[in-house]
Amino acid sequence: MHSKVAQKNNSYCEKRYKTQSYYNWVLLFNDIFILWYTIIMKYHKDIFEIIFHARGGQGAKTAAEIIAQAAVNEGKFVQAFPQFGPERSGAPTKTFVRISDHEIRTHEPITDPDVVVVLDETILDSEIVTTNLDKNEALVVATKKTALEISQKLSVRARFEGKIYPIDANGISMEIVGQPRPNTVILGKFVQVTEIVSLESVISEFKKIFGTKIGKEATDKNILAIEKAYDTI
Amino acid sequence: MCSCLPSQSDYNEEKLIIRFETTRLDSRRPLVEARQANVIRIYENILNNSNKKRIALSGGAAAAEALKQLEPDVMAVYPITPQTTIIETFAKFKADGEVATEVIEVESEHSAISACVGSSAAGARTVTATSSQGLALMNEILYIASGMRLPILMIVSSRALSAPLNIHGDHSDVMGARDTGWIQIFSENAQEIYDNTIIGMKLAEKVRFPVMAIMDGFNTSHCVENLEILPIEKVREFVGEFVPEQSLLDIENPVTFGPVALQNSYFEFKVNQEEAMDDVANEYLKIAKEFEKLTGRKKDIFEAYQIEDAEQVIILAGSTAGTAKDVVDNMRGQGKKVGLIKINLFRPFPRKEIIEALKNVQSIAVMERAISSGTYPPFYQDIMTGLFQFGEKKNMQSIIYSLGGCDIFAKDIEQIFNDLIANKISNEIKYIGI
Repeated sequence: MHSKVAQKNNSYCEKRYKTQSYYNWVLLFNDIFILWYTIIMKYHKDIFEIIFHARGGQGAKTAAEIIAQAAVNEGKFVQAFPQFGPERSGAPTKTFVRISDHEIRTHEPITDPDVVVVLDETILDSEIVTTNLDKNEALVVATKKTALEISQKLSVRARFEGKIYPIDANGISMEIVGQPRPNTVILGKFVQVTEIVSLESVISEFKKIFGTKIGKEATDKNILAIEKAYDTI
Repeated sequence: MCSCLPSQSDYNEEKLIIRFETTRLDSRRPLVEARQANVIRIYENILNNSNKKRIALSGGAAAAEALKQLEPDVMAVYPITPQTTIIETFAKFKADGEVATEVIEVESEHSAISACVGSSAAGARTVTATSSQGLALMNEILYIASGMRLPILMIVSSRALSAPLNIHGDHSDVMGARDTGWIQIFSENAQEIYDNTIIGMKLAEKVRFPVMAIMDGFNTSHCVENLEILPIEKVREFVGEFVPEQSLLDIENPVTFGPVALQNSYFEFKVNQEEAMDDVANEYLKIAKEFEKLTGRKKDIFEAYQIEDAEQVIILAGSTAGTAKDVVDNMRGQGKKVGLIKINLFRPFPRKEIIEALKNVQSIAVMERAISSGTYPPFYQDIMTGLFQFGEKKNMQSIIYSLGGCDIFAKDIEQIFNDLIANKISNEIKYIGI
């Protein structure tokens, strides 16, 4: 039985070698396709992975779901799930999002993110959020501080060479909405940095989820805040 | 764009016969093939799915969506984490007037399943949902439901059992109920729990046994994932109207359910019940076929993934199957012949079919999220029994993982395969992730 299978395999391989020149063309086309594909998917991975760090009650789960649903509206495959730790108000939490152009089968927690979003800068004091975040990958932090200050803060705990994008999410939120809502505001910055989903689909998803819940006026203010975060430098 | 993609038949063409040195290509071949397969998969997905509208729901919401489409007459339920996503979504449907279901709020799970027994015996399409301690509290009534042959559907978001207190996912609770006479169907993701809820309802009413449709607590119940849902009319048409053969409210034909049966009849009754259970797998397959026609999604008593020429195989159930499939694909890319069996229908256990699938396999690892204290865990026991009965001698490793929601990673599963390849197999149970 086994030898038969092996024989079949061998003859199959031989046939393949005979068509080598054709095969090389195929490889070339493949390479071109992969290049095109990776440009589309930006960070050279076919699954784009995000980790949200926040404190329980800050709405990281909502933010993650808005991004996930926005990606679904654009025809992508997604996965969004909280790290299943003890859920207490104020305790540090993690939320994971995966976005891809093809079906996502894995259910393991994300360990090698492409982007890390931190909704509360005090988490940087207690946790290392930049694990496996490489040079070309990004850290988005809700803070009043500058990128340099955050970089110095991070260097105490771990080496980090990636890009840091600070955004005064609470400030913008207080100014426009009148309440500290860093989770939705930071979406604007996140979209600006990654462009994994479009700002339009994030806003339309926000309307869908909150439109009836918080009323038109509050929704419009929140959207204005998201847009302002998107326009920051 | 897709014209540059070769089909399998193009490889087999012998038109271009050119001699060349094979070494370079040979060393790159596994890598190239893996990449090729991956690219083809990506392409197919893009082509297949470009026109389909997808939605994303958590497992719990997906189950609730299926329940909404089934529109049961009665849902008696008591909330418990991580089942809450089901009932909170369904209660919203009820409050919004989308379903006419009688949602009975009770004071405990024991009462929930008792109310279900009453309503189902009265002739109503009945569902419930629970987890963990809730399922354990129901235990007494589970036997009554199956003994009375009541087609109750229960969605279980499986979770660890106390003590120590843990709210996270594993299969301890459903394994504790595996001898209760209920049909048990495991699900891998949100799509599968949606499908199994619909299939489970039809199956229950067809074979007149209660059904547990099981998803992994948190891993599936709280994970937002893509799924395709059917139009509501299609679901109603597929499941059909529930017409009980006998019911308490049918006063023209009065019957009694679960009366006293002493030495002269109890034993015989139980044997009859067991004979009826033997037919369940066939009925499940028939319904699965019908469902496949409707949706294009293949359902089977177990899923054999890359098993045809596999030498090393992992057997498991639930959400870890997805991670394991990715590992299998990766290792196949490295030229290792590995495969996966994902158990869907666990009770009744498809012993013969699984052993048939394992015939040419060299070694097996059975991974489970439950302990059967004092002995080997449930899947291992069942599969070992089957192997022995059919005279197959295999090296088989028992593995327990992810109890109480511990993380399991692709690298852990890869390690298990590598241990099988290196023949590091023992009779001791291995614990992964502690």
